[in-house]
Amino acid sequence: MTDGRQRRGRQVARWFDDDAGPVVRPYAMTRGRTAGTGEHRLDLIALVVPEPAAHDAGRDQALSPEQLEIVERCGTAPRSIAELAAGLDLPVGVIRVLVGDLVDDALVRVTRPVPPAELPDIGILREVINGLRAL
Amino acid sequence: MVFGRSSRRRAAVEPVTLKILVAGGFGVGKTTLVGAVSEIRPLRTEETLSEAGRPVDDLEGVQSKSTTTVAMDFGRIALREDLVLYLFGTPGQDRFWFLWDELAQGALGAVVLVDPRRLEDSFAAIDYFERRGIPFTVGVNRFGGADEYPGPAVRAALDLDPEVPFLMCDARRRESVKSVLVAVVEHALLRSTSEREPAAP
Repeated sequence: MTDGRQRRGRQVARWFDDDAGPVVRPYAMTRGRTAGTGEHRLDLIALVVPEPAAHDAGRDQALSPEQLEIVERCGTAPRSIAELAAGLDLPVGVIRVLVGDLVDDALVRVTRPVPPAELPDIGILREVINGLRAL
Repeated sequence: MVFGRSSRRRAAVEPVTLKILVAGGFGVGKTTLVGAVSEIRPLRTEETLSEAGRPVDDLEGVQSKSTTTVAMDFGRIALREDLVLYLFGTPGQDRFWFLWDELAQGALGAVVLVDPRRLEDSFAAIDYFERRGIPFTVGVNRFGGADEYPGPAVRAALDLDPEVPFLMCDARRRESVKSVLVAVVEHALLRSTSEREPAAP
């Protein structure tokens, strides 16, 4: 936990929005942080997938209600960052921070969407076309 | 790094996610288009943008604020269990164009929805996708009375490159929107194929 705090402490030192005025309520859930601990901003269509540890009893105490809800929603099916934001009615930035914490705690992992240019197989685009036609 | 643990451990059941952007002027029917094909009612989410790391002149007109909140509408189409397509309606106001950078990153392609009576509203979007080299398709939304604008004239007025697909559509109709989306992906596929050709055996 000390590690985490130190890391988060550095984040706080990197705050960019001191002039933004009063801290809005949603960011109270992130203890004022506007960025997660990860280097990359989580993509809107990155999927959040629970790790086995998410099912451990006792995890509840350490998590905020919002984080619990994220873990629960992802337990039924992987959810994208955008869907979680809409579902919990929170700004995407808040979801990114909360999910980032869950990743740090090894409760969830986040898929990295493959940019189309890096798709190993462009056959997937044909599958998208076929899938759209079949709708 | 957040992705460190995840990237190499993708289980077979994890869906591939792709996104297509829907851009165009304010009130042109972007959310209607998303709603016509989405399996979920279009969801709205808010993105708080920080000017962190951006030159000040990038935020012309909003220098006094260090964060801006913009709304996005999006929908989802599960093409298969393991293949999910997201549609994102980009913010209608031009001054939020810098949000597109993040939205556009990794996008499969884009639809620029055009109201033939207000062509100029779509210029910013067309310009953006041209410059970024993002494959896009223009859909002219048939509003009441829009039929009086012939396609070739609209296309010429938009000064589109010859390879850009151009379709008349009705953002309310599922079949029509499907055709537009298929055109986007076909265009992306074509480009992807030509880019990869030199490396092909």
